[in-house]
Amino acid sequence: MVPSTPSLAVGRACVSLTRTAPGTRGAGLSEAWFGVGGASPSPVGGGGAAAGARAPLLTAPGAATMTQSVVVQVGQCGNQIGCRFWDLALREHAAVNKKGIYDEALSSFFRNVDTRNGGGDADIHKGKIFSLKARALLIDMEEGVVNEILQGPLRDVFDSKQLITDVSGSGNNWAVGHKLYGYQYREHIVEKLRRTAEHCDCLQCFFVIHSMGGGTGSGLGTFVLNVLEDEFPEVYRFVTSVYPSGEDDVITSPYNSVLAMKELNEHADCVLPIENESLFSIVSKIHQMTSSGKLGSTVKQNSLLTSSAGSIKTEQEKPFDAMNNIVANLLLNLTSSARFEGSLNMDLNEISMNLVPFPRLHYLVSSLTPLYTLADVNVPSRRLDQMFSDAFSKDHQLIQADPKHSLYLACALLVRGNVQVSDLRRNIERLKPSLHFVSWNQEGWKTGLCSVPPVGHSHSLLALANNTCVKPTFTELKDRFMKLYKKKAHLHHYLRVDGMEQSCFSEAISSLSDLIEEYNQLDATKSAPGTYPSRLKIAM
Amino acid sequence: MSIVTVQLGQCGNQIGYEVFNAICNDFHSTHGLCSKKENESYQEACKERFFSEEKTGVPVARAVLVDMEPKVISQTLSIAARSGHWRYDHQSHFCQKQGSGNNWANGYSVHGPRYRDVIMNLVQKEAEKCDRLSGFFTVMSMAGGTGSGMGAFVTQCLRDAFPTSFILNQVIWPYGTGEVIVQNYNSVLTLSHLYQSADALLVHENDAIHKICAQLMNIKKISFRDVNQVIAHQLGSVFQPTYSSEGASQYSRSPLGDLMESLVPHPEFKMLGLRNIPQMSENSLTYSTFTWPGLIKHLRQMLIANAKMEEGIDWQVRPPLPGHPVPPKASPNKALHFNTSIANLVVLRGKDVQSVDLGGFRDPALYTSWLNPQEAFKIWKTPRAFNKYEKSASLVSNSQFLLKLMDNIVGKAWNMFASKAYVHQYTKFGIEEEDFLDCFTTLEQAQTGVGPFVPLKMSY
Ligand SMILES: Nc1nc2c(ncn2[C@@H]2O[C@H](COP(=O)(O)OP(=O)(O)OP(=O)(O)O)[C@@H](O)[C@H]2O)c(=O)[nH]1
Ligand SMILES: Nc1nc2c(ncn2[C@@H]2O[C@H](COP(=O)(O)OP(=O)(O)OP(=O)(O)O)[C@@H](O)[C@H]2O)c(=O)[nH]1
Ligand SMILES: [Mg+2]
Ligand SMILES: [Mg+2]
Repeated sequence: MVPSTPSLAVGRACVSLTRTAPGTRGAGLSEAWFGVGGASPSPVGGGGAAAGARAPLLTAPGAATMTQSVVVQVGQCGNQIGCRFWDLALREHAAVNKKGIYDEALSSFFRNVDTRNGGGDADIHKGKIFSLKARALLIDMEEGVVNEILQGPLRDVFDSKQLITDVSGSGNNWAVGHKLYGYQYREHIVEKLRRTAEHCDCLQCFFVIHSMGGGTGSGLGTFVLNVLEDEFPEVYRFVTSVYPSGEDDVITSPYNSVLAMKELNEHADCVLPIENESLFSIVSKIHQMTSSGKLGSTVKQNSLLTSSAGSIKTEQEKPFDAMNNIVANLLLNLTSSARFEGSLNMDLNEISMNLVPFPRLHYLVSSLTPLYTLADVNVPSRRLDQMFSDAFSKDHQLIQADPKHSLYLACALLVRGNVQVSDLRRNIERLKPSLHFVSWNQEGWKTGLCSVPPVGHSHSLLALANNTCVKPTFTELKDRFMKLYKKKAHLHHYLRVDGMEQSCFSEAISSLSDLIEEYNQLDATKSAPGTYPSRLKIAM
Repeated sequence: MSIVTVQLGQCGNQIGYEVFNAICNDFHSTHGLCSKKENESYQEACKERFFSEEKTGVPVARAVLVDMEPKVISQTLSIAARSGHWRYDHQSHFCQKQGSGNNWANGYSVHGPRYRDVIMNLVQKEAEKCDRLSGFFTVMSMAGGTGSGMGAFVTQCLRDAFPTSFILNQVIWPYGTGEVIVQNYNSVLTLSHLYQSADALLVHENDAIHKICAQLMNIKKISFRDVNQVIAHQLGSVFQPTYSSEGASQYSRSPLGDLMESLVPHPEFKMLGLRNIPQMSENSLTYSTFTWPGLIKHLRQMLIANAKMEEGIDWQVRPPLPGHPVPPKASPNKALHFNTSIANLVVLRGKDVQSVDLGGFRDPALYTSWLNPQEAFKIWKTPRAFNKYEKSASLVSNSQFLLKLMDNIVGKAWNMFASKAYVHQYTKFGIEEEDFLDCFTTLEQAQTGVGPFVPLKMSY
């Protein structure tokens, strides 16, 4: 616990600033939060009570704050999704944190820094929000996307010490990202990661966000993953990977993805695969619902899984924004229990513990429900149950997959809002008969209850499935890879990069084949009669 | 004498809080229905057991709160403080920043040893506040990482540091379809370790309590809080002061010692279950009256038919006739459902407790052949009513059905272990395959009653 410092007094001075901000719109609060950093407020005093109220509880020996996470966003896709994440994270915290006090929940993803007087770098641990800085590292080997972020409304959330950019991009070439830029920027990356880590008092998790199909996110992103494992072996590594679709415009995307897959197999704790096709169809579905006259008017705009309403970002939406908001919401829900309280907390380290039975089988298929909430506040439990049913349906998954017709190794339900254990139990009992679980994990359910719902909702659900339904995504990728590889198409672009050998390709494809084979073997047990091992016999 | 409660993990802390709250509510209850003098000595004994007095006058729970993450503890401390009737000691808790991640090995092999000194210091301080220490009551779940792993480790430390004190572990049995996927592993590891260091394990099954909330309490949307309040009520109904022998003039001085003496005649069998009657919503209570013979008849049938509540009891189940031992193995016979006891303790509270006939519990047919009913059955009483119940009875029993529960969990864990699923998560923190095997062996032994001791005639 950090004792009151003189800076806290300055912090209190800012209370009036946020109090006068419009209290209902998240946007207003967020603006107020940022305004504080730039403006130089006149001291008013008072208002520190809210921060102080909890203090006696926490100043006793052993008391501590929450853990922190760092987001590493790499390449165009990684940075664009990351950008949506930070925006919606601020919206979410602003909705909960009405007083504008820097609290533990905020500290998990944001630093609070006093940027006045020449931009000192010291963290302010308690009291008023000065200027929130994302615990993030932005990496791209071209400048376009990052520059756009720096000129946009989120510019104050990042500072120049958190960026690594180059000018030419990786040209959709994994080898350029991984081998060339990897070695060139290694020291740089390590240094910035260390600096970011030093600002955390208990760093629990890295979230890497990237695409698999391009060069930078795929190549350099997985290089960063290696660095994280070397430098921070104790810290969990969650990777959000956007897989290319069959009609992807990047011709070499199968190469890039398969090369990246080998790294994910070996160095990630959990991977959340995402397919743009799935994001796109969810966006279309929501669009259809809301533009149909009858429903449209009753849907709460800020509840849409695709919406930025109420966020600080007021500019024109960009093409990927709606899709990326879905991914941002996935990350928000995934981390909600680590940030807010609940009657059954689900810490981030519980996810891999419960969902990863074998080290390489760490690909989790996710689905988010509901897609929107109606303005009608009365929630009959039928609608609540629908939320659970939808989470298992094919068209709510974030990859093209059908978990119901494949084999579950394990399943997690992360619920937010006004939902109790009895709701969970009822729905698990109801849904269980329609799902196949592997013989040794017939009751493979992990659940978490977080009491704070997402903005605009009374409740929400994130389902994470370790399910053999990821296999088709992988086999299709393998097929597309083989089509190119048989013809040795474009290989020379890769092999000309230093350190890139033909064996990189053969090892990558065999790593992927092995993974597919592991899923095959599990699938085979589905039809086999359940044989149970005989119990240990105690000799008399 | 006093009891120091050690609350471990989310479940342990959430339940621990409700226990102190239930005890404190009962303390202030105006439904006492006994003489003023009686009530005063009851309150006195209650206070000494569970609370220490501070200058401010607000009773302070004799408790140590431990968790590896901060959210639950800070919430628990603040809601207790807000009640105004009692609070926790500001110094008597320990938490860290990140939980044990449902990993027993992390709690037991990493967090346990790392924080042993700090935690044992807190326990020591709490123990020193007691004029006379009866022992420790630890509250934890078996399914998570902190309550279970740290709990097993701390129990061992308590055993070493306080060799003559009693240790009773309250363990929460996970829901069948769990909230934690590795719960069967964690449970096997916990049980096998507690078997070696605790004096007794008091078991509450979440599934059973959940049903009580639904069917007896009529709660529609059941929260953990509701479940915990039922558990706390049951615990309070046993551990609030009683006269532990006929004609005693003083409230029992050593509740834990008396409990162990009555219920754990042999160290191989130390799992205890708890049932109570009546249990209902406050609304229904207003319109209900009870007779002692009715309550006792139900309670006895709940025991022998292994029902957790008074609703849905199978009245067909009967003790085996003398000379007709329970038939072995899978027989469709009703007698198969008969739940044999090793020892039972009935706690009676309220009006006319002196006149209650408990002959039905003295039937030798209820017990194993190696203990006679005089030794195997004990009664505690007080005319002071508990909570809002004019008459209430609780039964703590050491009986066969808990071994079946354990068998079920060991079976599921073994099934998973055979495929080696999740084992790598434990080896990361120093628990190897052989350690698992040792734990399986301990529990298989505990179930068959092999070891130094074979006379038990139980059937499965
Ligand atoms: N969902 C989503 N996908 C994107 C976005 N931007 C690009 N993609 C996908 O990502 C893949 C291309 O990778 P990029 O992230 O653009 O490439 P990069 O990592 O910047 O690498 P280079 O440009 O080669 O240096 C394609 O499959 C695109 O469909 C985005 O904002 N959201
Ligand atoms: N009755 C009851 N059971 C609970 C409660 N909270 C958690 N549980 C049960 O406890 C188990 C989960 O263990 P927790 O106590 O949450 O875990 P922990 O000890 O905090 O350990 P980690 O979180 O893994 O560090 C599950 O079986 C839950 O059903 C509660 O308040 N009441
Ligand atoms: Mg690019
Ligand atoms: Mg916990």
